[in-house]
Amino acid sequence: MAQPAATIGRPSLEVSVVAVSIRVSNVKKVFRKGGGLARRKVTEQWALQGVSFDVRTCESYALLGPKGSGKSTLIRILATLLLHDEGAVEIEGLRLPEHEAEVREIVGRVSVDAAFYKKMSAKENLLYSAFMYGHRARSAESRAREILGELGFPANRFNDPLEEMSRGMQQKIAITRALLINPPVLLLDEPTTGLDPASKRDVQRFLERVRKQHGTTILLTSHDMGEAERLCERIGLLAEGRLVAEGTADELRRKANAENLDDVFITLTGERLVDEEKDAAGVRS
Amino acid sequence: MISRSQQTWAFFYRDWQLTRAYWSWVVVFTFYAIVTSATVALIGVAANDPQLTLTLTIGVLLWSFLSVLFNEISMSIAFERWEGTLEYTFMAPVPRRIHLLGISLYAVTYALFRVVCVLGGLVLMIDLPWEWSQLPGVLLVLAVSSVAFVGLGLMAAILPVMSPERGAEATNILQGVLLLVSGVYYPVEVLPEWIQPLAWLSPATYALRASRQLLGLEGNGPATWSGILPELSALVLLGVILVPLGLWMFGRAENWAKRNGKLKRTG
Repeated sequence: MAQPAATIGRPSLEVSVVAVSIRVSNVKKVFRKGGGLARRKVTEQWALQGVSFDVRTCESYALLGPKGSGKSTLIRILATLLLHDEGAVEIEGLRLPEHEAEVREIVGRVSVDAAFYKKMSAKENLLYSAFMYGHRARSAESRAREILGELGFPANRFNDPLEEMSRGMQQKIAITRALLINPPVLLLDEPTTGLDPASKRDVQRFLERVRKQHGTTILLTSHDMGEAERLCERIGLLAEGRLVAEGTADELRRKANAENLDDVFITLTGERLVDEEKDAAGVRS
Repeated sequence: MISRSQQTWAFFYRDWQLTRAYWSWVVVFTFYAIVTSATVALIGVAANDPQLTLTLTIGVLLWSFLSVLFNEISMSIAFERWEGTLEYTFMAPVPRRIHLLGISLYAVTYALFRVVCVLGGLVLMIDLPWEWSQLPGVLLVLAVSSVAFVGLGLMAAILPVMSPERGAEATNILQGVLLLVSGVYYPVEVLPEWIQPLAWLSPATYALRASRQLLGLEGNGPATWSGILPELSALVLLGVILVPLGLWMFGRAENWAKRNGKLKRTG
């Protein structure tokens, strides 16, 4: 089903391609545990240790990293759900957290777990979300059906409770929820993790179309190298809260002298750790 | 400009859909509320004391309303945590006061439904010795006290924001304290002296006193509107203080949760 060009993404594509949509500058985040009445010892866990990168308007950018590398923390900061400790974050020129109300109107997010009211139907969940963004029922429902159609979601399941749906179907509804609000910026936190191959392909194709046709800026986190290469123009490698490398897939391959992105990641993060060990050994000797 | 009425409606719509989805639980809880209320009111019947029966009936009806109202608001965040939708609600461009207003409006509606069911159940089992003409006055007292209870509910709702693991349980402690100190089934004067000052901080104390005065259970005969003016004034004052205070505390708690990463899903 064809989608009207104006329904998703930017109202106008006449935007300078060099404009920056997401700017992350030296962002640091630490989580502290303990320190209460019973536990006096405070432990610190650094989630982000000075991450900087820009995502240009209409660009797709992937952040790759293993579990615990800080990907989701970064997405939560951009989604206004977490406050960073140091550094600067801007979305479409709006600084966080000062302009979080405005940022919330222009950011859509899909997370790894499709979080819904499981007893409610797809229609009810999507209408609830649309109402929160001030949309009317009739237009929201018709847009939801359109997007779901493009994603290959069976129309006859629209009124079924989420608890009766597969994970792939739930994730398609999650993507629809994010796109219903017409966001210029889309944050995708491992959107295809755990999906069956067919659903994964449907979702990836749809995201490619959204990016190409509607100029949506996409920040994708994943540990699927192939997905990142397919969907994104540039890739940043995140390890232990630090951005260790950034560039196109080809640039990263050349830099790491590796044939595929899996090897690139292992080589680049591994070399860094080896180097640190060598440096430490050198100091000791 | 996003329509605030549409956003308020979002939460009313969601809570209505959830009530429909969990209708069997609604039936169970309503049945249980009717049975426990009748059990308490029948103590007065057994004592062959119409005054006691009416005192207890007013207690169970008001508590049925106020406890549901308090519970729906204070647990709304905990429900969102369990369903996993909390982050999506908090990242939507909805001002927190609109979010909480939508929840509160539905909570008032649901609490009214519950109290009507309980009243219906009591009428079937007990010959209530009251003047039905005083019912509008009692409803007005309920309406005025709702505002203050919404404020208390907002204050309690910060607990599940701050503690994903134990916050929901902690709201029950607050609700239990309100039940203890407000004179729901007995005069507050029978409480230990050191607890009694707490009674004057609870909106339920004033709501119960006003309702019982209207029905002639306190003082000489049914009170007039001017007779319950002190209680109504206290309820209005508590509402004016507690609602803004609740919103302010909720905002502080939300900020704290965003700094410490506590908005994540649990359960």
